[in-house]
Amino acid sequence: MLLVAAGGFFGAVFRFGIGQWVKKHIVTAFPLATLFVNITGSFLLGWLTGMEPSDSIRLFFGIGFMGAFTTFSTLKLENIQLYRKKQWDVLILYLALSYIVGILAALAGFVLGSR
Amino acid sequence: MLLYIWVGIAGMAGALLRYGLGLAVSDISGGGFPLATFLTNMAGSFALGYLTFRLGRRSSANPYTSLVVGTGLIGSFTTFSTFSVENIQLFQTGQTATALLYILLSLIGGLFMCWAGFRLGSRVAKGGTAL
Repeated sequence: MLLVAAGGFFGAVFRFGIGQWVKKHIVTAFPLATLFVNITGSFLLGWLTGMEPSDSIRLFFGIGFMGAFTTFSTLKLENIQLYRKKQWDVLILYLALSYIVGILAALAGFVLGSR
Repeated sequence: MLLYIWVGIAGMAGALLRYGLGLAVSDISGGGFPLATFLTNMAGSFALGYLTFRLGRRSSANPYTSLVVGTGLIGSFTTFSTFSVENIQLFQTGQTATALLYILLSLIGGLFMCWAGFRLGSRVAKGGTAL
């Protein structure tokens, strides 16, 4: 319980920090911060899973940190906002990149971790 | 700086809720479909859609509320990394149909839930009733 909570704390803070940094330094209509956390988080969780870690590492890094660092709801919210602004090209690209690269990143991480 | 701490505390609660739901659902789910993550992501997408558009129309709303609850709590409650890894595991155990169903349901279901939350949130914010 404590491990999940502590991991969740840092995961959320890191995701928020990256979001704030991107907002300040990069001007783009593309939801870059969420895409970045979701792809790197998928890679790292795949890697961690491949390593077959102990329970405490799995609870802290896997369920707590990576679970909170990546997000599904913000992805969907940004999808809906793009849909409302009728930015179809960005919306399709964002969805395709998130799902395809996200799952491939998890696979790459898993293969690396289980070697 | 204080905002970071609040987002972190909310993230803690979000991760615990996700973990708790996972423990509760793992007892009832079967057939290999990752029900816990799916339900978490659907509920969170709806809640974030609702919250964002409910607060968005209200000038008196504290701007921190949407960050702490939306980014912290709901953002941490839902997860993308677990979704990706579960798909890899389904593909690797030969459950290709389940994996494809999981991806498709998450993709479309998540959009629908967020949109439904947005519609409900906007309606309530305009002064209408929820139902």
